[in-house]
Amino acid sequence: MAEQQIPKPEPPITETTRPFWEGTKRNELMLRKCVECGHHRNPLVIDANICPNCGSRKPSDWVKASGRGTVHTFTVVHRIFHPAFEAEAPYVIVIGELEEGPRLLGNMRGIAPDKVKGGMPIEVIYEELNDKITLPQFRPAKALA
Amino acid sequence: MSSKKCAIIGVGYTPQGKLPDWSVRELFLEASKNAIDDAGLKTHDIDGILVELCWTDPSTQCWTLQQDLGIKVTGLCANYDSMGASGGCKVQLAQMAIQAGLCNNVLIAFVEKSATAPAVPYRMGPGPGMAHGLFGAMPGIALAAQRHKILYGTKSEQLAEVAMTFRKHACLNPIATMRKPMTLEDHQNSRMIADPLRLFDCCLVSDGGRAVVVTSAQRARSAPKRPVYIMGFGQGHVNIDLLMRHDLISTGAEKSGKTAFQMAGIEPKDVDVLGLYDATSHNVITQLEELGFCKRGEGGAFVEGGRLSLEGEFPTNTSGGMLSEVYLQGWTGIPEVVSQLRGECGERQVKDAEIGLVTNQGGFISYHSTLILRR
Repeated sequence: MAEQQIPKPEPPITETTRPFWEGTKRNELMLRKCVECGHHRNPLVIDANICPNCGSRKPSDWVKASGRGTVHTFTVVHRIFHPAFEAEAPYVIVIGELEEGPRLLGNMRGIAPDKVKGGMPIEVIYEELNDKITLPQFRPAKALA
Repeated sequence: MSSKKCAIIGVGYTPQGKLPDWSVRELFLEASKNAIDDAGLKTHDIDGILVELCWTDPSTQCWTLQQDLGIKVTGLCANYDSMGASGGCKVQLAQMAIQAGLCNNVLIAFVEKSATAPAVPYRMGPGPGMAHGLFGAMPGIALAAQRHKILYGTKSEQLAEVAMTFRKHACLNPIATMRKPMTLEDHQNSRMIADPLRLFDCCLVSDGGRAVVVTSAQRARSAPKRPVYIMGFGQGHVNIDLLMRHDLISTGAEKSGKTAFQMAGIEPKDVDVLGLYDATSHNVITQLEELGFCKRGEGGAFVEGGRLSLEGEFPTNTSGGMLSEVYLQGWTGIPEVVSQLRGECGERQVKDAEIGLVTNQGGFISYHSTLILRR
């Protein structure tokens, strides 16, 4: 490992996403659940107090997700778009479909890129980016014992 | 319903490729003047201006262009942005403005400066995806292309068929950037960008400008060149965020196409020449499905056997498109289809081309425009 590694771009923490990032630090995946219609949403996508399902602006609840889901789709990125990813490439970006409904972006860990398949069961793991941010990532789900 | 209300009567080009000595402002002016000349008009005849800002240098706006052209007053002057879908959307807006009586002759201009401009952050960032290595358009489109592969088993060789066909067309186009024939081996050996997209599945990076002039059908009759009438148009827009998309391969192209076909009163089989938005070869395959040229999931098989080639059933992107002619964010389609319907395409002319279809897409396959044109 190089001494001075170029850091990965840091996701912005906003007022409405702060509880999400506090959750990942505790190794918990926090979603918003609308108090009016019960719709779950990914707080990083709708970074506002708005339910995209019913339009409610009543502050949604923060609920802990199971962290389980499936691979909706993925790509294995070979091109280096940013120097921070040079050591990692080729790396897998997954759009995971969570049990609660919303989709979550993450990198796939714990499996060779060419073994990733659409529909495969996955679970969220937590990866420290720096002192401030812990990223949600994915790995293949362990078989239910 | 709305056939032959308006027509495209002028098309303007600039040099294209790598243009370090041209400013964005100069390219806007050059494309505009050439389109106005082609339409047989004088600058003071233009009373409507629609501009799409150049994303690497947004300093040239609709009012800059109006000033630079020396036009004293217009009835419509607007910047319009639905990203790569803007070209087609602006032609639609021009017709609506002309029909509403706001103006008579609308100039629509666009400039891309991504080959020699200083690097600027992609305009859709910085989002949370960057921490996971999601940069720019290609990995995003790759996620959609992979979904198509997961559901329908679409093969890299089928993506290659699109890229090779458009390259063949580019070889007949003197202004195309990529004029060396591409074999399947070349395609398969081109480096992987974001699986399943290889380098040759991805569009070029270019500089250049284009403009068109839209006028009423009545005035179009006195234009020096054969008018190309707008028979139908449509739009369809879905969520910009990939994670909010109901389905990554069901896009607004379907709605956009349905509206346009219904307005034009024709069906896909009636189309003689196509200009499909080809940010990647994947985009072409899904659009053929969504526009109804084939069934959903069958786009991969549909493009096989040279169906999109000049000799095929549906000649598509006869200039080489954004994959092989030049990347102008959707501005290869309209000028080329207009030239085809005018019968100006020389070696790559589609015989007796009468009806053309052009699509534009913007964002992460989020915004869609369809135009149906007729000579």
